[in-house]
Amino acid sequence: MTFLFSTRILKIIGILIGVFLLIFSGISSILFGLTDISWEMVLHAYTNFDGSNEQLIIKTSRVPRMLVAIAVGVSSAIAGALMQALSRNPLAAPDIFGLNAGASFFIVFSVAFLGTSSLSSFIWIAFLGAGISALAIYLLGSVGRNGLTPMKLTLAGASIAALFSSLTKGILTLNEKALDEVLFWLAGSVEGRKLEMLFPVLPFMIFAWLASFFMAKQVNTLAMGEDVAKGLGQRTIWVKTITWMLIVLLAGSSVAVAGPIGFIGIVIPHIARAMVGIDHRWIIPYCAILGAILLLLADIGARFVIMPKEVPVGVMTALVGTPFFIYIARKGFSKS
Amino acid sequence: MSKYQPFRFKKLPISFLLDVKALIIFAILSTITLIVMILSIGMGEMNIHPLDVIRALFGAGEKMHTVVIQTFRVPRIIIGFIVGASLAISGAIMQGVIRNPLASPDIIGITAGAGAAVVTFLTVFLDVKDNSLTVSMGWLPVVAFIGATVMALLIYGLAWNKGVSPIRLVLVGVGLDAAMHAVITVMMIFGPLILATQEKIWLTGSVYGSTWENVWTLLPWFCFFLPFIFVIARNLNIQELGDDLSKGAGTAVQRQRLILMLVSTALAGGAVAFAGGIGFVGLLAPHLARQLVGSAFGALLPVSGLIGGLIVLLADLIARTALSPLDIPAGVFTASIGAPYFIYLLYKNRNM
Repeated sequence: MTFLFSTRILKIIGILIGVFLLIFSGISSILFGLTDISWEMVLHAYTNFDGSNEQLIIKTSRVPRMLVAIAVGVSSAIAGALMQALSRNPLAAPDIFGLNAGASFFIVFSVAFLGTSSLSSFIWIAFLGAGISALAIYLLGSVGRNGLTPMKLTLAGASIAALFSSLTKGILTLNEKALDEVLFWLAGSVEGRKLEMLFPVLPFMIFAWLASFFMAKQVNTLAMGEDVAKGLGQRTIWVKTITWMLIVLLAGSSVAVAGPIGFIGIVIPHIARAMVGIDHRWIIPYCAILGAILLLLADIGARFVIMPKEVPVGVMTALVGTPFFIYIARKGFSKS
Repeated sequence: MSKYQPFRFKKLPISFLLDVKALIIFAILSTITLIVMILSIGMGEMNIHPLDVIRALFGAGEKMHTVVIQTFRVPRIIIGFIVGASLAISGAIMQGVIRNPLASPDIIGITAGAGAAVVTFLTVFLDVKDNSLTVSMGWLPVVAFIGATVMALLIYGLAWNKGVSPIRLVLVGVGLDAAMHAVITVMMIFGPLILATQEKIWLTGSVYGSTWENVWTLLPWFCFFLPFIFVIARNLNIQELGDDLSKGAGTAVQRQRLILMLVSTALAGGAVAFAGGIGFVGLLAPHLARQLVGSAFGALLPVSGLIGGLIVLLADLIARTALSPLDIPAGVFTASIGAPYFIYLLYKNRNM
């Protein structure tokens, strides 16, 4: 199998290019939109704040939005990569395995029956929902003699996803008021998110990013298969449990902040693999950078398609990412 | 002691193996399906006793009963069953071809392709003045079917690179699925609100308002492909072994893969055309069947079909009666029927 960056030097250069692109898209994300903003305004907003409209937009909308997009992009992409390694299934992703569906169900349930309506309380409910469905999947996937096997994990994930989204649909059909209130959340978006909503989950995210990076070597071993990993002396049950917990933290916190944004978790790991091969020590940083770039670009695109309204960012991730993904799928897997 | 009973004929050059346990399960499921059908025909706005239902079916019941049953309920039940069976068989074939337990017509984008076609059709041909369509609604199934077929060909074409590999097929499918969902969302945002509600119902999947005309279109289509599944079951068993092994066993891997995909698409396309995007049946029913009869496709395909049909029948029954007179799209309940039972089976067979 060939991949884009085959030597160590090239991979490091790739990372540097990625970081450069990330900074570039981050800055674009602050500058472009319905209100055009210049360089100086951004600097002034933080050095001498005068309360003008533009400065308010920068401080309360653009910058938080950029940071949320980066954090969510990084987290969902890494969560996807870990999930695909753990389940040894190229289709695995937080949205297909029921974590997003669990979060959505809990949000919709609490809006419909408990009368919750503020975005900031949504964070913990969504986190809880993702956590509970993750626990259910983990337990269901690891009952029986062989413990957690990729097949059982996959089936458990798919059935929990099906169950929760069906229940969500049921509630929404019966309760139109709830539908109205949560529709914007269910579409998944980084728009209108405040920094106060990101900060509570940010420590979890950063911890999980670093931990995933340090777990990468173990994940490599596990990805060779249960028997091989055991033969090499790995305590597979611990690696699997820790990896799953990291997935919960990553996927749970991103769905908590931005709602269920699909696509990134499933697609970015494949793109990263096509670039750097199968070593998770490289896959994870590449996923992080690519995920953030894709979400930033999609978010910028989402503002321009139907100005002055915005399309849900999930729509844009799909439109921006699909052609590239199909190209990768055709090229990258032709020799495997 | 083999679980198969061989059948050979002295005069005919045919022999086949019969899985006795699967046959028994098939018979039990058929009986359950028949009972659910009769009960379901009897339940609704107007409750009819099961015995009266049977009488009315044979034209010997009260006039009122006969009218309600024969013009409204029976076509709906038949369509529901065929749709469920088609989706389930289509999903089972896809899981075999792609060798991935998550494959199904709704995950690799075939349903979404039909959805995008339908939503575009409704938006383009909407008469803004009086919120009616400028062309007949009768075109909707045709449009949906074309959408599904075009999508399947697109997936196959884009995944082609000196042959089609399962992994490329599924990845291209997932990518196009996401793109089609994006198209659907954009169309719904651009179009008027009243259309969005209608489209939402179509996308969730419903067998509401099925007519005999629908039945007479879908039934021959389904029956035409039914014999195929017994022929292709052998090919599927071999495909599941992987490309190298099946090539070694002497099969034309690529040609059979194309045929299998075509049959799968034809079934899914027909179902989607008449019932919209009923989800999860194609994913869950084959797994349920696998837990019951094992993974040899000769038994798996027919049992999946029965289970799929049963799931849609039950889902539609609940959707019609739970909050009568509200008629909820059946697609809302397909997974809440199938998933808990599937989880139970998963737990029961945990050591396998």
